[in-house]
Amino acid sequence: MDFIPHTQEEFREMLQTVGLENPNDLFRTIPEQLHNPDIPFPEPMTELEIGDLMNAAAEANRGAKMPSFLGGGAYDHYTPQAIPSLASRSEFITAYTPYQPEVSQGTLQAIFEFQTFMSRLTGMDTANASVYDGASALAEAALMACRITRKEKIAVSSSINPHYLRVMKTYLDAPGIEWVEIPCSDGVTDIEQLTSMVNDEFAACFVQNPNYFGNLEPVDQFRSAISAPKCLLGAVVYPHSLGLLKPPGEWGAEIVVGDLQSLGMPVQFGGPFAGFVSCKQKHVRQLPGRLVGRTKDADGKTGYVLTLQTREQHIRRSKATSNICTNQGLCALMATIYMSLMGPNGLRQAAEMSVRNAHLLQKRLCGIDGVNLAFDKPFFNEFVINLPMPVESFVDTARELGLLSGIRIESAESPEKDGLLVCATEKTKAVDIDFYIDVLTRILE
Amino acid sequence: MPLDAYEPTVFELDHKGEGRIWFSEPEGTSPIDELLPDEALRSAPLDFPVVSEPEVVRHFTRLSRKNFSIDSGFYPLGSCTMKYNPKINDALSQLSGFTGLHPESGQDVSQGTLRIMVEIQQYLADLTGMAGVTLNPCAGAHGEMCGMMLIKAYHDDRGDKRSIVLAPDSSHGTNPASASMVGYQTVELKSGPDGCVDIEQLKNHLNKDVAAVMLTNPNTLGLFEKNILEIQRLAHEAGALLYYDGANLNAIAGIARPGDMGFNVVHFNLHKTFATPHGGGGPGSGPVGVCQKLLPYLPVPIISKEDGTYTITRQSEKSIGQLSTFFGNVGVVLRAYVYMRMLGLEGIRSNSYNAVLNARYMLEQLKDYIPPELDGDCMHEFVLTLKDHDRFGDLNTMAIAKNLLDRGFHAPTVYFPLIVKEAMMIEPTETESKRTLDEFVDAIKEILEEYKTNPDHVLHAPHQTPVRRLDEVTAARKPELVYTD
Repeated sequence: MDFIPHTQEEFREMLQTVGLENPNDLFRTIPEQLHNPDIPFPEPMTELEIGDLMNAAAEANRGAKMPSFLGGGAYDHYTPQAIPSLASRSEFITAYTPYQPEVSQGTLQAIFEFQTFMSRLTGMDTANASVYDGASALAEAALMACRITRKEKIAVSSSINPHYLRVMKTYLDAPGIEWVEIPCSDGVTDIEQLTSMVNDEFAACFVQNPNYFGNLEPVDQFRSAISAPKCLLGAVVYPHSLGLLKPPGEWGAEIVVGDLQSLGMPVQFGGPFAGFVSCKQKHVRQLPGRLVGRTKDADGKTGYVLTLQTREQHIRRSKATSNICTNQGLCALMATIYMSLMGPNGLRQAAEMSVRNAHLLQKRLCGIDGVNLAFDKPFFNEFVINLPMPVESFVDTARELGLLSGIRIESAESPEKDGLLVCATEKTKAVDIDFYIDVLTRILE
Repeated sequence: MPLDAYEPTVFELDHKGEGRIWFSEPEGTSPIDELLPDEALRSAPLDFPVVSEPEVVRHFTRLSRKNFSIDSGFYPLGSCTMKYNPKINDALSQLSGFTGLHPESGQDVSQGTLRIMVEIQQYLADLTGMAGVTLNPCAGAHGEMCGMMLIKAYHDDRGDKRSIVLAPDSSHGTNPASASMVGYQTVELKSGPDGCVDIEQLKNHLNKDVAAVMLTNPNTLGLFEKNILEIQRLAHEAGALLYYDGANLNAIAGIARPGDMGFNVVHFNLHKTFATPHGGGGPGSGPVGVCQKLLPYLPVPIISKEDGTYTITRQSEKSIGQLSTFFGNVGVVLRAYVYMRMLGLEGIRSNSYNAVLNARYMLEQLKDYIPPELDGDCMHEFVLTLKDHDRFGDLNTMAIAKNLLDRGFHAPTVYFPLIVKEAMMIEPTETESKRTLDEFVDAIKEILEEYKTNPDHVLHAPHQTPVRRLDEVTAARKPELVYTD
């Protein structure tokens, strides 16, 4: 009865009230042959015991303690303490979806503020109240573009995070929507290829900036490079970078997606993170997921409600814009608190320090013989290097020495041409860079 | 501040100053204008407010107080399983060894989390009688979509083109919406007079074009589908697969297994049955369990144990592919794991007994005041109806819901399932005391009494909440979705 208030006496009393003798009669509508299944299961544990078990498991995650230069869609940015302190309030955590708005104004107003922050950050008119993660945001945005344009073909740059592309493929393949990948040239989208491949059969063309390799894309060229005026330009962004970089609204994007993790959430083995979809006003009725709107109550007071719900599954069922119901609300709240605390300059500082640390790291790594920057392009806080040895064995050996050195970028041509994606943030310390240089030097020797 | 006071948006708290210095200049680095081209940068400063930490903390603390939550009161939302969320689950999931682990760290240095994932996959499979489980889906609807993709992959692989999914008219909206995500068309099965699947209807609709039958069991009327074995026989004979919507698993976990009932695919809502918090709308977690013949189609990455090492497999020939950026909502999975290990099978079974008993007890107390839609043994939830206008007059379900808010309770799920007029769906869960259940029953009786003497007051509730009834029509007609100065 760990979390059950009834005593045995109360249980019996209530059973009598409902006219039953035997507790098993509670399940008498279940066919007899289904009863008493044989289920192997470990013995119950006390709170003290499970604490020991979980602490041991956390210890076994040796990677959590190593100096890390991993990015690739999950970034170790600084989280101000006020975020976990506020976001762990049980009034936020143990509330359900705000279906009764009169007693959910906290969640609803926070989402309204989130939508405002995201629209300003991306240069769009609004944003939804979150989807599962950056990858599902891209997939949902691709489906959204198909609904807007009534076309069933999507173009994506191959410099988009490969995890996002794989998830999008899963979502698009099932209903049979076609998609093509635009190749890269020197670590960014090949603009000429884009122009020749994307025509008016396409619903949208998606690009990522900074792209998966950390490089800045030629964002000002995309809109004019797409010859079909009705084909939407979609952007995948790293929200953290938008404290500094030009927002996609200024380079012609009409749908912007990304992952909120870089705005105040830990890397926690990839989840929970949260995706967002922001867009121009004219596309708002095709957005997937929840939206909050501001309105008045019976006394004329300002309040907030879930709105445009006829897009959603609980009203529209099979005709809904998406099947999403539960989203990542608490993560959106964390991002909202992060953006509130950091303000315009804090966000810019965090982005700048990440870029500066990354360039320092790159300069030092490339100061070692045989280590070169793979692409000759401006980069944000991640970059790809080539090594004078197989990248896979370098990554493995470095890990054995206690360093998470980066993510292997597999070359389509040969393992010798593999790259290593290396990341820095505002948290990257000089001693960790020294350690990286030391490990790299030792392994190369 | 009183709870009903206007709380400015954070944008109205803007000081328009410089704000705080968050980071020191890193030594040895170059200024940003030497590193990035000008044209890549913002031309105008970001239009975010500058607000001090004390003001931010007060703002969000005040907002939080405008929320109803499980920790503050009874939350009997039908089909949502709003049970108490043990604090230890949160605390242990937040150990730095879990939160600080990057998803690309490599399996050798991620053995702790991977071990937990492998073990909970096994527990979930054993509890439901399935052959394998994936933890990748991030919520129930994501799990449903995953399940539909698995079913499609299975039929396609056999060269068997099917296009229809059958689901009862009492089903959750996510069921037909998830079927649509994979291009399936949903045909609704009209529920029988007893609230269960009508076997004759089912027979009429089953044919070689039906890919799956999607059921919630117990169903959304709170009734166990008593003919489930006949249903599974008929569905399978027609070559269709049977899908189990796990929203209502809390009624039967450890008591009877969907796998034994003949279900081929099951999704779980860890944020319902396994007590992880809903977070005001998420994150949840929606693992999916499958029978033997669907194992080859499970999404990647696959987490398993090979020769004593917990491993990540990224490719699998017949897999439906990848569903989330990394491994799904692992932080939620950790919480559910803690919960399951503490309870053990005995505790999980005890949950089901008490969840059903609490619902039966409440139904017994309430049925003379507001009648149930159907007679019969309810499981963990039940549906009442105020459709009898002669008896209730203008008093509708919405009014009852809003009056409950005034009395410190959350409302039940209202106007669902769609097949019941003026529906009120109540799910107490096992973590509520008899005292709380009695207080709720008394509150309903009070509302009915008050309506006799002061109908206007009752019909215009709520009166005690931070805001009163909101104008949703204007909100939808002229959507104001962002703050403007």
